[in-house]
Amino acid sequence: MAKILAVDDSASMRGMVAFTLRGAGHEVTEAENGQLALDAARGNAFELVLADVNMPVMDGIAMVRQLRALDAYKGVPILMLTTESHTEKKMEGKAAGATGWLVKPFDPEQLLATVKRVLG
Amino acid sequence: MGAVDLTQFHKTFFEESLEGLDAMEAALLALDSGSTDHELVHTIFRAAHSIKGGAATFGFAEVAAFTHVAESLLEEVRSERRGVDGELIDLLLRSVDCLRAMLDHTSHGLPAADADSEALRGELVRLVSGEAAPAPAAATPAAASVDGWAIRFVALPHLLQTGNDPLRLFRELQQLGQLDVCRAFVVDAAPTQLAELDPGQCWLGWELRLHGAVARADVAAVFDWVEGDCELTIEPIAAASVAPVAPVAVAPTLVAPPVAAPAAPVASPAPASAPRPVRETAAASSEGSSIRVGIDKVDALINMMGELVITQSMLSDIGEHFHLSQLERLREGLLQLERNTRELQESVMRIRMLPIGSVFNRFPRLVRDLERKLGKQVKLELHGEHTELDKTVLEKIGDPLVHLVRNAIDHGLESPEQRRAAGKNETGTLRLDAYHEGGNIVVQISDDGAGLNRAAIVAKAEQRGLIRPGQEVDDAEVAELIFQPGFSTAAQATDLSGRGVGMDVVRRNVRDLGGSVGVRSQSGKGSVFTIALPLTLAIIDGLVTAVGEERYIVPLISIVESLRLRPEMVRKIAGGGEVFHFRNEYLPIMRLHRAFGCNAAITEIERGIVVVVEEEGRRVGLLVDDLLGQQQAVVKSLEAHYQRVQGISGATILSDGSVALIVDVCGVVRLGQRGKAAA
Repeated sequence: MAKILAVDDSASMRGMVAFTLRGAGHEVTEAENGQLALDAARGNAFELVLADVNMPVMDGIAMVRQLRALDAYKGVPILMLTTESHTEKKMEGKAAGATGWLVKPFDPEQLLATVKRVLG
Repeated sequence: MGAVDLTQFHKTFFEESLEGLDAMEAALLALDSGSTDHELVHTIFRAAHSIKGGAATFGFAEVAAFTHVAESLLEEVRSERRGVDGELIDLLLRSVDCLRAMLDHTSHGLPAADADSEALRGELVRLVSGEAAPAPAAATPAAASVDGWAIRFVALPHLLQTGNDPLRLFRELQQLGQLDVCRAFVVDAAPTQLAELDPGQCWLGWELRLHGAVARADVAAVFDWVEGDCELTIEPIAAASVAPVAPVAVAPTLVAPPVAAPAAPVASPAPASAPRPVRETAAASSEGSSIRVGIDKVDALINMMGELVITQSMLSDIGEHFHLSQLERLREGLLQLERNTRELQESVMRIRMLPIGSVFNRFPRLVRDLERKLGKQVKLELHGEHTELDKTVLEKIGDPLVHLVRNAIDHGLESPEQRRAAGKNETGTLRLDAYHEGGNIVVQISDDGAGLNRAAIVAKAEQRGLIRPGQEVDDAEVAELIFQPGFSTAAQATDLSGRGVGMDVVRRNVRDLGGSVGVRSQSGKGSVFTIALPLTLAIIDGLVTAVGEERYIVPLISIVESLRLRPEMVRKIAGGGEVFHFRNEYLPIMRLHRAFGCNAAITEIERGIVVVVEEEGRRVGLLVDDLLGQQQAVVKSLEAHYQRVQGISGATILSDGSVALIVDVCGVVRLGQRGKAAA
């Protein structure tokens, strides 16, 4: 099972994501914003990063850009958790180097299906 | 795996949403007062956005629908397509209120939306330019009647760098239908020299055929993440023109075995369970509350614990092979233990402490509303927001503070015209301060208004029979009068202050917290209300008294004075009551030994000591045998271990291990009054 980094400033969303993934046997590390996620990423070899877009301190887009600048995260899948209403955010995320996205709201099964989609 | 139970996250969602709304409100007020900080707009947007996302995820559709519209409006502000004006801020502030109510209803299992929220949502919708009705996601178009799709997919060199992998795409296509790879090729622009080849780049293209009755949208969905990272054409395979090129299994290693479970369409989250018709108010407040503790406080605690362990091991080491020569070390060890214990106690207490800012934060909004309603101009200054208070105190101090602030604006500060006439700045200043002073937290509410209206207060007091007509009263006494039950000087009750709640209620609430409240006022210059609160409710400063063989603790805060009476100072009154003369008034004497049924106590008043205590402006003298000293008492609830006892607020353990009861001064005074009434 994979080592996954879950990034969201909302404790309930983060909790839901982490709980669901742990239930599926993944090892999940949580981070509250992009900056903390970067700090965590530097010391770990995550196989997948799930990140919210709108966060204080450092948002998801800036985080992706900085993660991609790290050698260890050049090809690691990074999924943005976005809302349908923000097509331009998806594109911004992609331009920054995100692999794809998961549209909010999603339920645990959708989350697991998407994670399976990237991890195989 | 069974379905994940999302209800466990609801509480967190409600908590963080309410916090988000607080942040949103504060940012709106900051914008209103002229700040142009763009970060404020981001904060507001982010709060709405998070609530929307969470509400939708956890199945609170009405909250999600409301925030969706609010968010759309905020998006226009954020992208600077819409300016911010007072009207917009008003609307958004009302939306904040509405969302608070909706969250409250939702958390109690009630329907979130009502006529008001729908009306407000309508207003928001009308304002949002070109807002299409939030139509449910378009139904998936019916699968076209095609035999399949011819797909040409050419990766752009950077495709791999986004973490995407053609292999994954093929695997997904395989789940839709039968996939044949017709051709794989190297892109012409690919470098021809090995040295130029970058493993991070992809120079390949594929021609694929996907057979089966698959909707185009489903095929396109597989490639949604790589839009812009590839050249893609998807064309129907004409039924007639099937001239199947013998599928060439190029690069078979690229195609993984089909994944067992096809990604089934997933059901949307179950709707919220049927709302209960009646709100269970009683249950609501008893829900376990939680506290958010800064990690530094926890670290301090762990640190302290470590020191305690060291001290303990040092002491047990001494104890094991004790020799009189080690007496000095033992003494040192005990001193260290004492220090550790004290520090540990302080650290533990600090966990319950929260900054008063969370209470102060509601005032900008209140002041803004009052300004508009009363036509006054008020500048609010907040100081000492980081001062920390016990959580219980913090929760209960809100209402008295709100009342004092309302009063200050309603009665204290004058209208702009009056201020101008008095040669003052038209804008009045209201200042809230919080700071430590001794063992107390002091909260001050000061205004630069007209000050207490002495004449009106005296007239009212005479009318109410609180003082005799013509009686001389000094300023301190005038200030005391406004705290008397039933006292209100407002010429007419406005809907703000005149809600049947007077300053006496404020004082009682503060006293219930073990605090005190007073006022200083200067005519024409303003008033200062000062609330002194104990650092915590868990520990009180008390005077240990002896009554027979028992020990009673009297809270220091209630004590006016202790004195020994001479026989001639005591008067017996009809009915057996006793009073004594104390500073121009007669106070009833309450014999604690009689009230609590203690044996072997001193019964001659002149041999004992009378402790004068005051509660709600009423004083009584408590007769005890002796004063033993001052001590901090950790309050243990009697109700939790035994039952409620009139006149006793709790118990504590003294340094010798015996139990002492803590006198509930308020209850004792009431007992005394009743005794007098019966007499």
